[in-house]
Amino acid sequence: MGKFSGFRITIAQVFKPKVTGDYPNSKRPKPERFHGRHVLNRYEDGMEKCIGCELCAGVCPANCIYVRGADNPPDSPVSPGERYGFVYEINYLRCIHCDLCVEACPTEAITETKLFEFSFTNRQDAIYTKSELVVDDQGRAQRQPWELWLGDEDDQTSGWMRATASAGQAEFEGKVGWSGELGVGVRAAEPSQDKTRTAIAPTSEPEEVALG
Amino acid sequence: MGLEQVPHNFLTGRLEDLVRWARRNSVWPATFGLACCAIEMMATGAAHYDQARFGMEVFRASPRQADLMIVAGRVSQKMAPVLRQVYDQMVEPKWVISMGVCASSGGMFNNYALVQGVDQIVPVDVYVPGCPPGPETLLHGILTLHEEIRTGAIMKRRGPGKGAGIQIDNIDGVTGSVRPVTITSS
Repeated sequence: MGKFSGFRITIAQVFKPKVTGDYPNSKRPKPERFHGRHVLNRYEDGMEKCIGCELCAGVCPANCIYVRGADNPPDSPVSPGERYGFVYEINYLRCIHCDLCVEACPTEAITETKLFEFSFTNRQDAIYTKSELVVDDQGRAQRQPWELWLGDEDDQTSGWMRATASAGQAEFEGKVGWSGELGVGVRAAEPSQDKTRTAIAPTSEPEEVALG
Repeated sequence: MGLEQVPHNFLTGRLEDLVRWARRNSVWPATFGLACCAIEMMATGAAHYDQARFGMEVFRASPRQADLMIVAGRVSQKMAPVLRQVYDQMVEPKWVISMGVCASSGGMFNNYALVQGVDQIVPVDVYVPGCPPGPETLLHGILTLHEEIRTGAIMKRRGPGKGAGIQIDNIDGVTGSVRPVTITSS
């Protein structure tokens, strides 16, 4: 045998299951709170959640968000409040997907999907405007032709927002503290990560939670 | 005398397709990892995302043998002349992928130390967003580049660009003399 003994490992690998994925045709599952491309959410009645407060633009460490707010037109309001974001742009050649904008947003308007498979051939394509970011009439993220969406992953839009709701305090685990979204309604809380405790039954109605 | 003089007919049309097919399936990247994006670039070459499936398993240590430069990470002003030299040493046809937000636009490092976008010094074909881009995102950029190669002109020659006009003071460590260096494409 001698010099061929090194091939034992090679030959043994042939009979093991293949670990290589079939990437452009399928994706490996992503974590629940994955940070991907943003969406701008809408309420269940179709109104936009963004109120144009520019907190996301202020907190962004990479300065990739540009927001301009304007007063709602009285006869056809875009958002329930007084103002709405009439310009919303995100430069994906600057965004580092830290989700500080999601934590800063007071109305849960901006959240992140799990979509991370996109690339551009020029700089202009990388700037997503509001018409590309806002969810469609079914509450799904818009699928741009240069993005690789597979299956129904466009309905998972707000995992990290729910994880950081209510200032991240442990006693809020399992409690719903967020508003409903167009198409899906009020999402349930994610299951407890503490395996030693029994799971807390998620409440269906949004509760008023006192902060601080 | 080259392919430029050959009139287009059915024969050269098929030849172009053959050349494009061959180029697309053997894009060898140069080893040019600069920062944390290089870790994800290594992961792209590893077993789970195995870029050998696309004929680019060999990261060439020599730019003469590479077709693709993946600028993986932030480019500091000191690294910019080196990056440009590696690019100039690559033979045509060559492509550049700007991987990650730091290489693409400076990203969150909006300061004097970093080049604010590597397209100031080399022509970039595909921008890959993310900080860092995962192996999926880089592979998506590579597939975008494959599509560019498949549909692009095969005789494309890059004209001399204007460069970024960046001035770097090259200070001699021995004599202390300062020699200004301008980065241009020619």
